[in-house]
Amino acid sequence: MKDFWSRFAANSGGVIGLVLLVLIVAVAVLAPMIFPNNPWKMVGRPFVPPFDNMKFMLGTDTVGRDVAAGLAHGARVSLLVGLVSTLAALLIGIPMGALAGYFGGWVDDVLMRITEFFQTVPSFALAIVIVAIFQPSVVSITLAIGIVSWPPVARLVRGEVMSLRRREYVEAAILQGLSAPAIILRQVLPNAISPIIVMASLMVASAILLESSLSFLGLGDPNLMSWGYMIGAARTVIRQAWWLSLFPGVAIVLTVLALNLIGESLNDALNPRLSRRRS
Amino acid sequence: MKILSRVLARLLKAAIVLLAILVLNFLLIHSAPGDPAAVMAGEAGATDDLFLQQLREKFGLDQPLYVQLWKYISDVARLDLGFSYRQQMPVLDLILDRLPATLLLTGTAFVVSLVLGVLAGVLAAGRVGKWSDTLISTIALVFYATPLFWAALMGVLLFSVTLGWLPPFGYETVGSGFTGLRRALDIAEHLVLPALSLGLFFMAVYSRMTRASMLEVSQMDFVKTARAKGLAAPVIERRHILRNALLPIVTLAGLQAGQLVGGAVLTETVFAWPGIGRLMFEALAQRDYNVLLGVFFVSAAMVIVFNLITDLVYGIVDPRIRAQ
Repeated sequence: MKDFWSRFAANSGGVIGLVLLVLIVAVAVLAPMIFPNNPWKMVGRPFVPPFDNMKFMLGTDTVGRDVAAGLAHGARVSLLVGLVSTLAALLIGIPMGALAGYFGGWVDDVLMRITEFFQTVPSFALAIVIVAIFQPSVVSITLAIGIVSWPPVARLVRGEVMSLRRREYVEAAILQGLSAPAIILRQVLPNAISPIIVMASLMVASAILLESSLSFLGLGDPNLMSWGYMIGAARTVIRQAWWLSLFPGVAIVLTVLALNLIGESLNDALNPRLSRRRS
Repeated sequence: MKILSRVLARLLKAAIVLLAILVLNFLLIHSAPGDPAAVMAGEAGATDDLFLQQLREKFGLDQPLYVQLWKYISDVARLDLGFSYRQQMPVLDLILDRLPATLLLTGTAFVVSLVLGVLAGVLAAGRVGKWSDTLISTIALVFYATPLFWAALMGVLLFSVTLGWLPPFGYETVGSGFTGLRRALDIAEHLVLPALSLGLFFMAVYSRMTRASMLEVSQMDFVKTARAKGLAAPVIERRHILRNALLPIVTLAGLQAGQLVGGAVLTETVFAWPGIGRLMFEALAQRDYNVLLGVFFVSAAMVIVFNLITDLVYGIVDPRIRAQ
């Protein structure tokens, strides 16, 4: 564990990312306490510029909602959707990849054709169609992101399982008469866990980007304030009110950047042999 | 002969994927909450019961599902993507009308991101550890985390609203009456911001990948041999390192196609670019599901065609693949 931390901290980017993420999570957790008002509530004059009135540090939007409150509450939605949709993608991708890699043959063929299909289909367009048809809500958005982002997981797990499958300890487990599910779950997958963790941390980042893009197009949950929605609503008034699109965008960039940096450091720390030479 | 059978196999595979997308579309429409007839007509516009009944008969919605699926597939095979009751036009006509603008935008964004990305990656790899490498890598890292639609808006804010250098939206100057070269230049001017913001993310991806790939290849034995032979460093960089480092980039380019088409929805929305992405956005606002699914199908078809092309290019770039 100590070893892990020293390897993780060797990459200064990872430490910066971790500090950023802790701050963002803190804001998300504390949002209802710092901004007890509903972020949809009009609290002041519309179009108050930032740093003008200290009551609304980051200004107000087109109908007088507090931008800072929107950002804090939006952090909850972004992180939640990012995390849950990644879990959904793992729940689809890991079994697909594990079965394909373990059994090989026609099982592999069928599962990989399905995976290829979902990789070929333009993922953002598919996410739009799914959310539009099932009506925008946190559930449909999360599911749509999960459905379009599982193929890389399946490919990764398949590759790992295929190589672990030929190891002696797995052969020994087969000879002992252990059932296939037991071998996959207890012998093979635990040894494939570190690349999956690395990929998952990067997937949370891209899920947050996807969620913001969907809500930018007006496909966000109508009851939840989100960063993408704030930018989408500010799009037409960019000439009058630059701050309405600037601040939520910075929030997205910082969050995604933090997660990407963490993912790369995790890669260095968990797969020291595999990680790309940094020279 | 070998190439021909390879192309045929690819075409067959492409046809199967297209068929699967049609089945997916069909399932989506039928799993939508509510009456499929109402869904097809666009909910708010068709409260008239008689109209819905006509629709149901016309599309055979009272028939078993497999009959409906067969009808849907054979319609699409005859290039009939349905009718938009909102716009009172066949969906295919709407899409064909908008397709050239999207092809221009995505094609430009693809070339721009590939050229600038690889160039930045080569520059960074050549100056490993120096400040210019750090700068390029940091910029790439930030672009990699930037949502496309926000980059587009910030581009408008900086280059159109503040500096006034580029037009903020549109395909060409309306009512200018430009023709020939003057018109092409006008369109090119309108194209700069959309293409750059659409290509930004992949520019970052390409530059990171090229840098890593160049560094990896430069450690290989054949490069050491070339150095020992006394070849000049720029020659080694171009002919030995870059050529081999580009292989993973070609693979990646195939994956980019899908992202570009999806990204076009966002870029075209921000810039009011009259392509199929904008059409999809309008269809969303109007709940025009026929158009929505039509655009989805056509964009998937575009991706498949693009993948076919990259596949063939890969065979040219890497002779080892051809031999298999």
